[in-house]
Amino acid sequence: MRKIVLIALVLLSGLLFTARLFYLQVYDASSDSLQQNSAIKVMYDYPQRGYMFDRNMKLLVSNQPSYDVMVVPKDVKPLDTLEFCGLLKITKEEFKEILRKAKVYSPRLPSVVLPQLNKADYASLSEKMHKYEGFYIQRRSLREYQVDHSANVMGYIAEVNNAIIEKNPYYQMGELIGTAGVEKEYEEVLRGVKGVKYIQKDRFNRDIGPYKEGIFDTLPERGHDVQLTIDAVLQKYGEELMVHKRGGVVAIEPATGEILALVTAPSYDPSLLVGRDRSKNFTKLWYDTIGKPLYDRVLMGEYPPGSPFKTLTALIGLHENVVDTLDTFACYHGYRYGNRTLGCHSHPSPLAMVSGIANSCNAYFCNVYKRIIDKYPNPREGIDHWREGLLSFGLGDFLGYDLPSGKRGNIPTSKYYNKIHDFPAHNWSSLATISNAIGQGEVLLTPIQMANFTAAIANRGYYYTPHVIKNVIGPDTIPNKFKEKHYTTVEPENFKPVVEGMFQVYQRGTASSIQIPGIEVCGKTGTAENFTKIDGKRVQLTDHSIFIAFAPKDNPKIAIAVFVENGYWGSRWAGRIAGLMIEKYLKGEITRTDMEKYVLEGSLEAEYAKPYSGQPFSINR
Amino acid sequence: MAGSKTFVKFDWLLIFMFIALVTMGWINIYSASLSDTAKGFWDFDQIYGKQMIWIGLSVIIIIFVLAVESKFYERFASVIYIISLLTLLGLFVFGKTIAGSTSWYDFGGISIQPSEFAKATTALALAKYVSDIQTNMQDFKNQIGAFIILVLPAILIILQPDPGSALIYAAFVFPLYREGLHGVYLLFGLFAVMLFVSTLAFGAVWVAIGVALLAGLLFYRNRKKRPKILKYVFIVIGCIAFAFSVSYIFNNVFKQHHRDRFNIVLGKEVDSRGIGYNTNQSEIAISNGGWLGKGWTQGTQTKGNFVPEQHTDYIFSTVGEEWGFVGSMIVVLLFVGLILRIIFKAEKQKSQFGRVYGYSVAAILFFHFFVNIGMVSGIFPTVGIPLPFFSYGGSALWGFTILLFIFVKLDGSNYHYA
Repeated sequence: MRKIVLIALVLLSGLLFTARLFYLQVYDASSDSLQQNSAIKVMYDYPQRGYMFDRNMKLLVSNQPSYDVMVVPKDVKPLDTLEFCGLLKITKEEFKEILRKAKVYSPRLPSVVLPQLNKADYASLSEKMHKYEGFYIQRRSLREYQVDHSANVMGYIAEVNNAIIEKNPYYQMGELIGTAGVEKEYEEVLRGVKGVKYIQKDRFNRDIGPYKEGIFDTLPERGHDVQLTIDAVLQKYGEELMVHKRGGVVAIEPATGEILALVTAPSYDPSLLVGRDRSKNFTKLWYDTIGKPLYDRVLMGEYPPGSPFKTLTALIGLHENVVDTLDTFACYHGYRYGNRTLGCHSHPSPLAMVSGIANSCNAYFCNVYKRIIDKYPNPREGIDHWREGLLSFGLGDFLGYDLPSGKRGNIPTSKYYNKIHDFPAHNWSSLATISNAIGQGEVLLTPIQMANFTAAIANRGYYYTPHVIKNVIGPDTIPNKFKEKHYTTVEPENFKPVVEGMFQVYQRGTASSIQIPGIEVCGKTGTAENFTKIDGKRVQLTDHSIFIAFAPKDNPKIAIAVFVENGYWGSRWAGRIAGLMIEKYLKGEITRTDMEKYVLEGSLEAEYAKPYSGQPFSINR
Repeated sequence: MAGSKTFVKFDWLLIFMFIALVTMGWINIYSASLSDTAKGFWDFDQIYGKQMIWIGLSVIIIIFVLAVESKFYERFASVIYIISLLTLLGLFVFGKTIAGSTSWYDFGGISIQPSEFAKATTALALAKYVSDIQTNMQDFKNQIGAFIILVLPAILIILQPDPGSALIYAAFVFPLYREGLHGVYLLFGLFAVMLFVSTLAFGAVWVAIGVALLAGLLFYRNRKKRPKILKYVFIVIGCIAFAFSVSYIFNNVFKQHHRDRFNIVLGKEVDSRGIGYNTNQSEIAISNGGWLGKGWTQGTQTKGNFVPEQHTDYIFSTVGEEWGFVGSMIVVLLFVGLILRIIFKAEKQKSQFGRVYGYSVAAILFFHFFVNIGMVSGIFPTVGIPLPFFSYGGSALWGFTILLFIFVKLDGSNYHYA
């Protein structure tokens, strides 16, 4: 026994260490990755983000260097806080709060202390940086906008948030990611691939050279440049025309679906969202809940389309064979049904299709619409057939364009009306939905959907999904879905009278006063009633001014939809803007300078202020 | 085999294991202390270069130790022991203070730590005392005598203060046990060490509560055997008194820098980076190794100097990181083999002196091995003692070399006498 105790203890300790070492070295491999190794600093080499060009290869956005002050909380040593805060130009309290948040995020991973230093601040800070352990300066590439327009198209980049980091391990705290517009949609194309460097550190957090001579390091890959379909000149002009108005302009090249201009108003200068004032500016834009500059009205705004929708009523009527171009309908200053009247303005009566469109006769289209719905045994089937036709124009659902925001709009189904009218307890007839005939009622479209169906009319029966990507430079591709023709259910020959009607709108109809000399424009005015709620009461506001057009009549080069909130009648604002845009695009110069002056100098701010004034106000003046 | 009688027959296996450990130790010290300013293997300004010198000098020491007549060690054990005590005492006058403890003599830049040699001298003295014809380890008076031999150097070392090195003297309980000391002492010694450490770590009050609870539990469990309650009360009071006196001495006799030293050893105040930093870094380093390690001089924790004292007490973390599980196991097995070999050889000694000394050597090496690797691999709290033959340091290397080679000499002469 006495001889054995020590021997046993030696053997036991040998076993104990074997077990312990096995556990540490072989079994528990949790700390094996380089990313987790506290002796290895992972440095990222950020590639240049791809540039954006307009369709004529005019540079829209490039990059500029920027410097972020970063912190790894666990490496922070006691420091002269006051001096450091002075260098960073922040208060001690702000600094403490930043550090606290960084620690909460991760004691081991870098967090941003101060983003986007300018070069002067960087120069003064970088000299003294070595004094503050745990802090370092990270060079990043920031956007540099070459233009002051197209903010809604290009979008912006922002720091990733925790939700993104959790979902996508590519991103680290403080990195930038496209969060809106093309920046978001084409993030992976534009961002490139960041390079990784593993640096061996010593316990003083000093770099002592690349880990294993850098065999695990990777080089950054530059992001791809993209060529957009936007015409910078047209886009800029559109934004200028829309100053002091709300709404938007969408111009599409019908033959390709390329978006030439995508104007939302009010908008902002994209440079506001770069640099140290970014968050201040962003907050300001974000909290402008009245103008909503960050809200893309042409993609997100769902509006009653008004009279331009009549072209679709006519097309579906022809497709459903319920009307021919010679059928005439009388207008009694409106459309009478039961004991109600859907009013109309004064114009010759009765009218056939071409004149009906040219004069925008409500009664004509109510009749056509009723025939469409009543062609079928019951209004439910009628509505669904009507809807099917509209869907083929890209309405009632997301269009599939390459921008990350959008709305479906609303093309009501029979179910929708069944619910409203509590069917089958209560029956409903085509007349209950008669406002749809003229683009009021339950129908809602986004301006880009309006531009899209205009393009389909311009093409006489098909459209390409609208898109803003013209080319990814390098791979020289765009997604195949933008090369696919989408045919409408309406036969090409049925477009002829509608196009003619739209042509006559300019020749002798509702847009005759805003003709563009030398260009055969087809268009359709729209004036849409609209309502808002003030203190819970439904209040009518001045009508929206709407216009769709394409030109030239044959072989169209541009299809456009213009929407001006509370602009009153269609040709007043929207029609003029559409004409100017078309002329600018096709001729490159403006002959109707009277119209241009009117639009550029005109403002609707007084109109927009009305509902917020708290005073009773009059509309449509 | 006539010729073998005229020569001392050394155990080449022991010598081989010694050479293996020292060589591996140097290879790892090289990696742990490698810096940008190093100018190759023979740069004597570097730590690994100095260790090379210490190893070279230890060869001279070995030759000297083996050349001395083996009877000398037995005959002069007491003298050597007293000289050793004097060197420890002399520290209080001439000693140099490094990191809070006055454990070194400074000879023109070379520091000598007498406590590293005192282990060997105490082993000699103890062997001599125990092997005396008149000594009987079952006799209480002789137990006291042996205890005094051990405790004198231990106390002097505690006062330096270097509690880690003093702790090693507990190892001598094994040779004494082997020679007939009652097993209760083994348990008692273990219990005293635990009480001592836990008093400093948790405070006397908690230890008192813990002891009382433990005694109560034991009493309750043994209630059917009608235990004597007075015995329990006496033991509990004894323990509590011990705890409070440790606490009193610690807080009132020692100065702050002494206390710091203890606290660092106990892991209470490790450094500015918080409790457990050393052990934590060392564990990370070992974990990094995996099966085969990152390769020599490729350890990331080692390169970054994350593990404090890595070339001395924490040298095993370098082995773990750069040589992996396989390399670590080789070192562990070498130590186990060396210690078992010494025990095996000790049992074969003809003289009781040789046996006690051999057992002491085995026990001391075992204690160092057990406490050091236990600490480095994060099983035990931080106790700053070196890994024999491995850790950097002239005094430690020479101390262990002398300790081992006196036994090699005794063992070799064993055959000579046969």
